[in-house]
Formats: sequence, C-alpha cells, structure tokens
Amino acid sequence: MTIKTEPFVINFGPAHPSTHGVFRMRVVLDGEVVLDLEPVYGYLHRGIEKLAEQRTYTGIIPLTDRLDYLAAMSNNLAHCIAVEKLAGIKVPERAEYLRVILAELQRLCSHLIAVGAFLNDSGAFMTPILYMLREREKILDLFEMLSGQRLTYNDMRPGGVSQDAPEEFLPALHKFVDQMPRYLDEYDQLLAKNEILLARSKGVGILSKELAINSSASGPVLRASGVKWDIRKAEPYSIYDRFEFEIPTGTAGDCYDRYLVRMLEMRQSVRIIEQAMKQFPSGEYRSRVPKLIRPPVGEVYSRIEAPKGELAFYIVSDSSIAPYRYHIRGTSLINLTALRDMIVGWKVADLIVIFGSIDICMGEVDR
Amino acid sequence: MKFERYGIGIARGMMVTFKHLFRHPTVSQYPEQRLNMSRRTRGNELIWNNVKCTGCVTCAKSCPQGAIHIETTVDPATNKYNVLKIEVDTGYCIQCGLCVEACPYEAIYMGYSVERAKYRRGELVQANEMLLASPDRPASGYMNPHIARELPRQTLLVEKIVEKR
Repeated sequence: MTIKTEPFVINFGPAHPSTHGVFRMRVVLDGEVVLDLEPVYGYLHRGIEKLAEQRTYTGIIPLTDRLDYLAAMSNNLAHCIAVEKLAGIKVPERAEYLRVILAELQRLCSHLIAVGAFLNDSGAFMTPILYMLREREKILDLFEMLSGQRLTYNDMRPGGVSQDAPEEFLPALHKFVDQMPRYLDEYDQLLAKNEILLARSKGVGILSKELAINSSASGPVLRASGVKWDIRKAEPYSIYDRFEFEIPTGTAGDCYDRYLVRMLEMRQSVRIIEQAMKQFPSGEYRSRVPKLIRPPVGEVYSRIEAPKGELAFYIVSDSSIAPYRYHIRGTSLINLTALRDMIVGWKVADLIVIFGSIDICMGEVDR
Repeated sequence: MKFERYGIGIARGMMVTFKHLFRHPTVSQYPEQRLNMSRRTRGNELIWNNVKCTGCVTCAKSCPQGAIHIETTVDPATNKYNVLKIEVDTGYCIQCGLCVEACPYEAIYMGYSVERAKYRRGELVQANEMLLASPDRPASGYMNPHIARELPRQTLLVEKIVEKR
C-alpha cells in the first residue's frame, strides 16, 4: 500500500519573527522541501509616495526616515541629493564631509543589524546580535548627539545638514573608529569559521551572477554574486571620488558570501570615515536655501548606494512647493524579486536563512 | 559539508564569549540609573515662548503633520498679531523639529523630557499656558545652541566601555 501525498500550502508570516516585519510568503511544501513560493507584499503600505506629493520638499524628509528605518540617514541623503540636483543647490564642503561620515556610520549600523539578524536566523541565537547591537548603540549615540533622535534623524536638508557637529562629536567619533576594527576582528573570530554556520550557509541559496543582474539586485546581494558594482565607485555622488576604498565581492553568491561581503564592507566603511575625519574642513555647514524650495519644471532620477543597495528617488517638479510625482526605488523590494529562485528546492529551515541573508526592511518594501 | 578538524571554529568563537564574562556591563538599569540624553534631544512636547511669539504661524505652516493650530487677531493700535490660542496636538506630533527650525523668532522649542506618556488621548492636546516653559518642562537645545550649552553632557557608550587588549 502506498501513502497518498500531496503538496501542502502554508502561510509564512505576516506575523512571524523571522520575516523581519510583516512580510508574508505563500509557500508550497512537499514534506520539508519548498516547491513554490509567492511573496505577498503590502501589509505595511502607508502611501508614502502619495503623501510626499502633498508636502514641501523639506517636509518630505521625516517621511523618508520612515522608509528604511534602519538606515534613515541614507534615505535623507538620497532625498536631499535628488532635490539638490533638481533645484541646482550647492552644498558646502564641511556639509559634504559630514554627510559622508554619517552615511558610512549608517552603513555600519545597518550591516551590524543585517549580520546580527542573519546569524540569529541561522541558529546563533541572540549572542552575536547582542554584541553587534552594542556597537550599533555607540553609533546611535553619535547620531543622537548630532540630530537629537536615535532612529528617525531628520538631519539632512537640501543644501547641507540641519545643524553643525558639536565640538564633542569628532573626539567621540575618533574613539569609535579606533575601537571598531578590533570589534570587527572579534566578530570574525566569533563566527566566521564556525562549522555549524558554514554548514548551514555555504552553498545554500545560490544567486547566480546572471540572475542577480537580470533581477536588478543591488548592494551586498549583487556583490556577493561576484559583480563588482558599487554606485560610490561607478557613479560617484557627493564626494566619494576623494576616498580610497575597495569593493568587496563574493564568488559563489550563497548566504555565506552575503554575510562575508557585509563584514568586509564594514571595514571599508571604517576606512572611509578615517579618511574623511583627516580631511574634515571647517566652514559653513549649510548653504542659504529658501524655506520653501520651488525647483524649476523638470524631473530628476538620482541614486545612491544605501546600505541595502541602490536607493533612488525620482522626482517630477511642476515648480510648485510640492513634487508633482515622487517615486522611490525601494532597495529591499527589488532585492526580493529573486527570492523565489533562491529558495525553491531548499528546505523550510534554509528558507529562513536565505531570507535573512537578503536583509530586507519592510518599511522600504511596502512604503 | 566535510571538515578536516571539526570544532576548532566553535572553540575559537566560545573564547570570545568567555572573554565577555570579565568585561564591564554595557546596560544600565533604567529607572534607577539614568544616562544623560543628547543636548539636542527632541522630546515629546513643545515649549512655547509667549513673549517672543509674534503669531506669524510659520511653525504651523512648516509642520508636516498639521499638529499646530494657531488663532490670532490683529491689534488695531499697533497693527500686530495677538495670539488668541495656540494648540498643539502632541498625538499627531512626530518630533521632527521642523517647526523649531522654521520659527524666525526662536519662540518655539522642542522639550527635553521624554517621559510624557498620558492616560487619555485628550490630555495630549495642549494649549496656551500648558505650552509655556517651566522647571519641569525644560527646553531642549535642538536648533538653539545657547540652550544646549547649559544642558548636561551626553553620556556616551564609546567613552564608558573601553576594552583593553
């Protein structure tokens, strides 16, 4: 007698601790093996693009904080660069350096969460993420010193930053940059060679180079597949062409490579901050910009390398105080397009590891 | 996967965890031990200066949430605005600080306190005298460096924990 079997459909999420928010996957299972997967978006849709069309260009900045809330500073930077391009606003030198320092600190901050959550998902429960949250706390202290908030900074403005760095900022940053490489060594010692982690993530969830390019993945997900593509190098914005840094790439495109690329990128970020601190000039931190910016009629598409990948803003202006059309290229959403191809064929336990290694933020997926 | 010598990586990782037994604690016990906040903290209330305010409603216009409501009349003798009512719905406020930045007369500040939970929704709507500064409602130094200088220095974790190698 044979036992009759049939594929089984389960809902993974929306309220599941390892979906990093309210993400839902409709998974078709054969026993433990994933046969098919369909992502369902929209549980956190707040209509940010539409809301932005009714607000002034400065009033949108608090909204961009709430896109990728783990990297609010990068979102602010992307928005401000887009508006500056549209309205032709010049940014003072000191503000540019401050922006680069903040954006790189934010990259460290976001990668610490990404790596910590990935390790948490793959079974190293709580210990590594708590060590990483400790270092993140030090960065959040610096952000709090500058902007007064710890998560939704609302710090950058078209034409510079909202406030100058206080005198205790640079000494504190110096201390942090001195300590950070030692902590990164410690993380490497903690888990980079751990046999259980290697067994769970090496060769799992491979995203091939071709598929990564075709699905227009970006950021660490693309670089782990072996594509040397970083907008900071390929199309330098702000003052990134003045700094020396490397683009770490992976070879296999598996979960372990995505983890490793993020770890290596953190070292490069520390390197950029060190260089920026040495060249940090004095002077104006904000150029004179009218309170209500009225950019000329036109459109702009401007992109930056956010921690999770290519973050872009498309703004159409009709020379009024609010944008006519405001579109956001959410990094996490586009990185999720290859999710099905990565996961199909693996088991449910691998699904969580693969999903964790992509590093998404639901605020950005649903907007 | 095949490993030549299984367990070396795990042992190296456990060394790091073991070292942490002899390190200083990172956390502080919140209600008893309090760290100093940033001098620019944007607390969850607004402070209004009725002497400096001219009733120009720049703050209300700049608020992305529409949380500030101001009613004024024109004084016929001096041709200036009289503020009849200023009402801030802190339930709508997202503490972005754009009103403080927009005010041309430095008449509105963010509050420095963060423990301002209320039991009822209605208590979140604050008007006129409730918005004035008082000893238990200090103003924050956000966008106001002269206030920031007098507030206590922020406690930094980066200075608190220094690991010796």
